Amino acid sequence: MEHETTAELNQQADMQDEQYRPSERQLERERFRRARKRRNSWIATLCTLASLVAAVAAVVASPGWDRLHSRFLDGAEFRRTFSAVLDGFWLNVRMFLIAEVLILVLGLLIALVRVTRSPGLQPLRVAATLYVDVFRGVPTLLLVFLVGFGLPALQLQGTPSQPWVLGVIALVLSYTAYVGEVLRAGLNSVHPAQRNAARALGLSESQTLRRVILPQAVRNVLPPLLNDFIALQKDTALVAVLGPLEALRVAQIKADYDFNYTPYLAAAVLFIAVTIPLTRYADRLQSRGAQRTWAEAGQ
Amino acid sequence: MSEPPLRIRGLRKAYGSRLVLRSIDLDVAEHQVVCLIGGSGSGKSTLLRCVDLLDVVDDGTVHLGGTELTDPRLDASLARRQISIVFQAYNLFPHLSVLDNITLAPRQVHKVPRRQAEETARELLARLGLADKAQDYPDRLSGGQQQRAAIARALATDPQVLLFDEITSALDPELVGEVLDVVADLKERGLTILMATHEMGFARHAADRICFLEDGVIREQGSAEQVLTDPRHESTRRFLSRVLER
Repeated sequence: MEHETTAELNQQADMQDEQYRPSERQLERERFRRARKRRNSWIATLCTLASLVAAVAAVVASPGWDRLHSRFLDGAEFRRTFSAVLDGFWLNVRMFLIAEVLILVLGLLIALVRVTRSPGLQPLRVAATLYVDVFRGVPTLLLVFLVGFGLPALQLQGTPSQPWVLGVIALVLSYTAYVGEVLRAGLNSVHPAQRNAARALGLSESQTLRRVILPQAVRNVLPPLLNDFIALQKDTALVAVLGPLEALRVAQIKADYDFNYTPYLAAAVLFIAVTIPLTRYADRLQSRGAQRTWAEAGQ
Repeated sequence: MSEPPLRIRGLRKAYGSRLVLRSIDLDVAEHQVVCLIGGSGSGKSTLLRCVDLLDVVDDGTVHLGGTELTDPRLDASLARRQISIVFQAYNLFPHLSVLDNITLAPRQVHKVPRRQAEETARELLARLGLADKAQDYPDRLSGGQQQRAAIARALATDPQVLLFDEITSALDPELVGEVLDVVADLKERGLTILMATHEMGFARHAADRICFLEDGVIREQGSAEQVLTDPRHESTRRFLSRVLER
C-alpha cells in the first residue's frame, strides 16, 4: 500500500501538462489581482510616508525640539563618547555570555530535579521549588543590591570582590529561576507516549531523557528561552548600580559631566543593535514552531 | 430552477510545482448526493477545499446557484455562508461546548438570536442522536459523536450545499456506521451533498452519482451501480479491485 501511494504521487508530479493554456477568465482574474495588489501597495506606501512625515513634523515643530536636539541628539557628543560606551558595552557582552552559560546549566538542573519522581530526591525537589518561588518573586535590581553590597559585607573568605562578578552572580540567581521554569514546562510538554516508546525500545531512564525527551523539550521552548536571553542581555545594565564600567555606567558618567544625555542614546543604540537581531530570530523560530504544530495536527 | 446548485468548470489547482487538479468539470444537481472516489493524493480533498474557497483556484470556475464563487471580487466569507464543509478530523472547537460549537456561526455570522439558535441546535442534536451531549465539551465525546456534532455544526447554517471530506476516515470501524447513517438520513431529507469517501459500500447505495478522480481529472462518472459494478475505464477497474480486495 505504501509503495502504491508513493508511485501515485510521483505520477501526479510528472503529470503531462504541455497543452495547458490559461483561460480568458483566469487571465482576467490575474489582471484584477495584480491591479488590486498594485493599489494596495500604493496605499501602504502612501500611508506610511504620510505618518512618517506627520511624526517628524510634530517632533520638529514642538516647542522643546531645540532643547531635545541639543541634549539628546548631539552628533559631536555622540562621536566623542561612543567609543568609551562601546568599550563599556563589551563588558555587558561578557557578563551576558558568562551568565547565560551558567543559567542554562543551573536552570536545566533545577528543571530536571523538579520533574524527576524518585523518592530519594524529595529534599532536592523541595529546595528547587523553594528556590524558584523565592527568586522569581524578588526584583532583579534588589538582588543586584543584595549580592553586590551585601555579600562583600559578610567578609566571607573567597568572596569575589569585583563588582561585575557580583553582578553576574545576582543575574544568574534571578534568571536561573525563570529559565528553570521554562525548561520544566518544556519537559512536561513532551507527550508521555514518547517516553513509553523510548522505554519500550530498551533505553534507560537517563538515555530516554537525553536522547528523546530533552531534544524535543528544548525544541518546544526555544522561543520563550530566547525571550529570556533577550531580557538578560538588557538586564546586564542593572549591574551599573554596583559601579563597574559597563555601557550604562560609562554613559552616566559622560552625561553627568556636561548634562548632555546623548551618551545614554549611544548606550541604547548598542543594546538595540544586539536585541533586535535576537528578537527577529526568536520570531522566526516561533513561526516555524507554529507551522510544525499545524503540520502535526494534520490540517 | 434549471441552474444546478453547484457547477464546476475547468477547475485547476497546483501546489507549487505539484499539479493536483488539471481540469475538473462537475455538476451537482439539487437533492443529489455525489461521491468522489480515487486513490490517496488524487485531489478529492483539494477539490472540496477549492469549492469552499479554502484554497484559491489556478483556473476554471465554481458557480453556486447564479454566483461565481471563484470571482476574486467576491467576499469569500459572504459566499461561504451558503456552503458547509465537514472535515476528516472533525475540527470542533475544543474550548466550546457542543451546543456553543453549533450556535457559533448562526449567532456570529447569521445574527440569529441566541434562544432561537439554541433551539435549532437542540433539534439538530436530537435528530443526530446527541440530545444529551449539548453541554459536553468535544474531548468528552467519542470520535463518532464528535463527527456527528461536526455535521450538526455544518447543518446549523442551513447551507445550500454540504461538503464532506472523508468524514469517516479518522473513525474506528465500529463508529463508521453511525456517521454514515446520519448522511443517509440527510439524503432522505433532500440535502445536496458532495462528498469524498473511501466507503464503497456506502457510496453504492447512497450516491446518485460517483466520480472517479485520477490524474487531476474525473476519469469516469456515472450512477453508483454503473461505476462500481461495470466500470468503463481500465484505471477505474484497477482502483476498485485494489480497494475492494481488502
